[in-house]
Amino acid sequence: MKLYEMTLKEASEKIKKQEITALELTQSILDRIKEVEPKVDSYITITEEEALNRAKEIDEKIKAGEEVSVLAGIPMAVKDNICTDGVKTTCASKMLENFVPPYDATVVKKLNAAGAIMVGKTNMDEFAMGSSTENSYLKKTKNPWDLNKVPGGSSGGSAAAVAAGQAFYALGSDTGGSVKQPAALTGLVGLRPTYGRISRYGLIAFGSSLDQVGIFTKDVTDCAIVLRELAGKDKMDGTSAEVEVADYEKHLDKDMSNIKIGIPKEYFVEGIDADVKKAVLDGVEKLKELGATVKEVSLPHTDSAIATYYVLAPSEASSNLARFDGIRYGYRAEGYDSLEGLYTKTRTEGFGDEVKRRIMIGTYALSAGYYDAYYKKALKVRTLIKKDFVDAFEDVDVIIAPTAPNVAFNIGEKTSDPMAMYMEDACTIPSCLAGVPGMSIPCGFKDGLPIGMQIIGNYFDEATMLKVAHAFESVTEFKDQRAKL
Amino acid sequence: MGDKILIGLEIHAELLTNTKIFCGCKNEFGADVNTNCCPVCLGLPGSLPVLNERVLDFAITAGLSFNCKIARNTKMDRKNYFYPDLTKAYQISQYDIPLCYDGYIEVEAEDGSAKKIGIERIHIEEDTGKSLHDATGDTLLDYNRGGVPLIEIVSRPDMNSPKEAYQFLEKLKEVLLFTNISDVKMEQGSLRCDVNVNVIKEDGRKSNIVELKNLNSFKAALKAMEYEVIRHNELLAKGENTVRETRRWDDSQNKTISMRSKESVQDYRYFPEPDVVDINLTEEYVNDIKNKLPELPDDKRKRFMKEYSLPEYDAKVLTTSKEISNYFEEMISKFSDAKMISNWIMTELLRRVNDEGITLDDVKFDKDAFVYLLKVISEGKINNNAGKKVFREMFETGKKPENIIKEKGLIQIQDEGAIKEIVVGILNDNLQSVEDYKNGKDRALGFLVGQVMKASKGKANPQMVNKLIIDIMKNM
Ligand SMILES: [Zn+2]
Repeated sequence: MKLYEMTLKEASEKIKKQEITALELTQSILDRIKEVEPKVDSYITITEEEALNRAKEIDEKIKAGEEVSVLAGIPMAVKDNICTDGVKTTCASKMLENFVPPYDATVVKKLNAAGAIMVGKTNMDEFAMGSSTENSYLKKTKNPWDLNKVPGGSSGGSAAAVAAGQAFYALGSDTGGSVKQPAALTGLVGLRPTYGRISRYGLIAFGSSLDQVGIFTKDVTDCAIVLRELAGKDKMDGTSAEVEVADYEKHLDKDMSNIKIGIPKEYFVEGIDADVKKAVLDGVEKLKELGATVKEVSLPHTDSAIATYYVLAPSEASSNLARFDGIRYGYRAEGYDSLEGLYTKTRTEGFGDEVKRRIMIGTYALSAGYYDAYYKKALKVRTLIKKDFVDAFEDVDVIIAPTAPNVAFNIGEKTSDPMAMYMEDACTIPSCLAGVPGMSIPCGFKDGLPIGMQIIGNYFDEATMLKVAHAFESVTEFKDQRAKL
Repeated sequence: MGDKILIGLEIHAELLTNTKIFCGCKNEFGADVNTNCCPVCLGLPGSLPVLNERVLDFAITAGLSFNCKIARNTKMDRKNYFYPDLTKAYQISQYDIPLCYDGYIEVEAEDGSAKKIGIERIHIEEDTGKSLHDATGDTLLDYNRGGVPLIEIVSRPDMNSPKEAYQFLEKLKEVLLFTNISDVKMEQGSLRCDVNVNVIKEDGRKSNIVELKNLNSFKAALKAMEYEVIRHNELLAKGENTVRETRRWDDSQNKTISMRSKESVQDYRYFPEPDVVDINLTEEYVNDIKNKLPELPDDKRKRFMKEYSLPEYDAKVLTTSKEISNYFEEMISKFSDAKMISNWIMTELLRRVNDEGITLDDVKFDKDAFVYLLKVISEGKINNNAGKKVFREMFETGKKPENIIKEKGLIQIQDEGAIKEIVVGILNDNLQSVEDYKNGKDRALGFLVGQVMKASKGKANPQMVNKLIIDIMKNM
């Protein structure tokens, strides 16, 4: 086995036992990046020098007998909308092509403190808007399982990096499914925590009331490990929650006898590929065999979720992206003759089509005379969607559904049809609107492409969600499949 | 009913918290440009605001002081617009649920009766940065002020004369000072005031509301309102009307000048701020602030008049600031003649403090020294004029009054025998004046008193001198 093929946990154990050094591990990842990056295009920025220097530091600490975190010396990647002090953070936009933040996001700070080694910043849909990573201004990332397919989006770069062995784990961000959907399309474990579980400080905002930092790993154990390191109240983020963080790894076992699984009938309807449906339901059977009880639940407002999301998220985005005006940082157009001209030209030239589309939708939905009809109504529907989940979780511990309606699609297939692209997140959006945690784990293949099973948990109950995922994983072999490059 | 003037005010006051509203940056005036800035108040991508709880305390204190109701469940909203000094291209403010609402400030109406001017709302928001225009026409931006906490106080259009509006502002300023909410320095921009004015004629014809901005002092506000009322009346008299617009006061020309028409209404696309959690206040929290409210100027004034039998004028002067009223009350705890203290504070102390441009804290002598001085004057040990001399020196040097009196030999001669000796001598030297006095020339008495005082180097007790001269002359 090549070093880069290990899981985070395996690598960590080898480092702690001093069987390998962080430097060797980092070098193997950097070599792997050199080898496959021309094919996959996962990264926007590679921080080779910093990574090697940090690896040396970690090795010295370990040699000196210092106690280090499980993440110490392990190479990882960060989505390029998460601020890194002194390292370009572009949001894959012309607008921020040369933006270097003067500060670290809280998650990055935590990882640095734990001795993690960032090897680079990953590609994404511009400002996290998209479901295929084709909206990047800088490059198109390919799905490591089939280079003609998309890796999903908007965290496609992070997903592809882990799937291609270019990092042991990666941070993404999830607004309406941008971690779960690419995880499904690239055969990874992808987790979006409860809204408020992980600090958003330093995550460049798209839809503030929906955005969450998410995690890509090769298996559930790794996911539990990273979540524990990242979760917790942050005084820099008023919306982060003061809720105890469990040692998730310790909760992972196969005993499903106390677990009640809900199957939402609204998620197994038209539009979901038959093979995807079958793989997910087969997965549920596996859990049943482990002792879980299964019942049908109803989330009646599911069909309003996409419409609600595409009012709320663009509304917030239109406001969040207003600061990119060419005045203080980022791109500034040349040849303007007034302040108004500076704004207009800068934003016209700096933003891509999808970003502009959403800014316009959001501006419209918030404007006087339309606010009640769109934004306010969407807020009301969101409350109903939330209630659906609260009600469902009265009866069940987790809800299981497909993550994406189909496996990875061809590059270019949906770029001219925004609505088709929006449908990609149909299964992930409702739980994001509700703010409950969700994850995707691989549960099958179709034509050699991974299928994702979505496990949705109750508020702040990531532990149960991970436990179910782990039980499934331990009796199946999907996690051991690797993309061949 | 005659013509009616309608005036409404919108006041922005910067709060005197130590740090800004959403970050830990210092809230201070006058720092070097762009030195009190961090990613949060610069609105850098990825940064998030966290509400400073002190801002709530301050705003609720203001609300309670102005008799407002306090919303228990409220939120912050975003007000979206583009402007270079606005870092996020939105201002975090409050829209449909202000923190404080339905209050009033009491002023004296034109007829002398007490009148309540309604306060529609007080809400919290962040201040913007500042644009500076240099000589070459370039615009430079200073974001130190960005994120400084503000309250916006919106009155109802209940003021029917510029004078009432002026009083409203004065009262508002007093309370903000008393409660330490704001330093209300208009010239530094920590208090900013916009005025809406219009006039309704007896026959029902109305002028359009005009907004006055950029008023940099209460005096300017008063002049601008007076100017506008006249302008509205003149236009209406000619059968014309005012334009619905924003005007500014030009101090050098003593008139208002049009800034911009109000026709294009900006759509701020308000919506609930998703980055700041909703504000839910417990009864306990609000009551705690209520219990900590200081005695407000109006109450203090009434108490001073009642408790110390002071005239209204004195009570008003002594309650113009917390420092002055505290000074007075500390003095009175050591010396019981309230009127004497009041006179000395008003005429000597405050005049000198204002002349020097210092605060009461900077005064060089302590209150015990001041009390000592008032005591020796009231006991007749030195006379009033000598007292003023002593005060002047105390103020300038901080020396103890007893030392000054000793050095200058100012203790009055109370010994009747000694004074009599001087009087007799002076009278004998000035027989013509004695004659004049007897012939009814009162002025002569003054001259003789003056001579005696001069001979005693100002130390003779003047009452005694007076009495002795008259007594002795009778027998001459
Ligand atoms: Zn700051």
